[in-house]
Amino acid sequence: MIGLPAYLTLAALVFSIGLFGVLTRRNAVGILLGIELMLNAVNINLVAFARFSGNIIGLVFTLFTIAITVAEVAVGLAIVIAIFRVRRTVEADRLDLLRG
Amino acid sequence: MTLETVGFWVVAVVLLASSLAVVLTPNLFHAVLYLAAALVATGVVFLLLDQPFLFAVQLLLYAGGVVTIVVFAIMLTERLVGDRLVQTSRHIVNGAIVSAAVFVGIAGFLIRARLDVARPAQSTELTAAIGRALFGPFAITLELLGMLLVVALLGALYLARSEE
Repeated sequence: MIGLPAYLTLAALVFSIGLFGVLTRRNAVGILLGIELMLNAVNINLVAFARFSGNIIGLVFTLFTIAITVAEVAVGLAIVIAIFRVRRTVEADRLDLLRG
Repeated sequence: MTLETVGFWVVAVVLLASSLAVVLTPNLFHAVLYLAAALVATGVVFLLLDQPFLFAVQLLLYAGGVVTIVVFAIMLTERLVGDRLVQTSRHIVNGAIVSAAVFVGIAGFLIRARLDVARPAQSTELTAAIGRALFGPFAITLELLGMLLVVALLGALYLARSEE
């Protein structure tokens, strides 16, 4: 029988991998993919805690997280496209317009 | 080894491998496809936790919606600059150190916490209970979520509109 710590460890690993992607990717779309992985790991945690505590509030919040993530991806990619129209690049290193 | 144990380890390996591929593959388009695999594997984890409803939501919204949106964005941004799908990474060592430190921190917490709780019996009408919670105690949150989706839709339309 797989216990709660196994699920939490799996989620922690996925979260760390997503963080690695956010820190190392140059492309703005690649950074968004890393954020997706991190949010996904949080969802695993929520569902695992909800299942093992027998409380459905974790499931409700998982639904909220999924919906908010979809909105976040839509707005984030719209911003990426808008930036690309102006700067002709989506490399995060070269988007330093506000650097002093 | 029960079926659940075997399923968990298979899904864990698939999820971790596809997650690593998302952050390591040089081709951005391949990264999105690996992300789709990782999202489906997460959905299977939900199935292992006896949540078929969340599995369906995960497939519909994440694997269906998010992946499609990201593919569209890549097509829109990379098509104009030609063969730029290959992307490079930077600060790989620093990133690996930071994420390893974060994982060690979480693992340390997991080891110290007493988490060996028994798995309670699953109630049969879970989806109905989720629906009652959504429209009962969480009704205002649900309405706010609907408002957020409308705002995000309008914002995405405004940001991505053409100049004319």
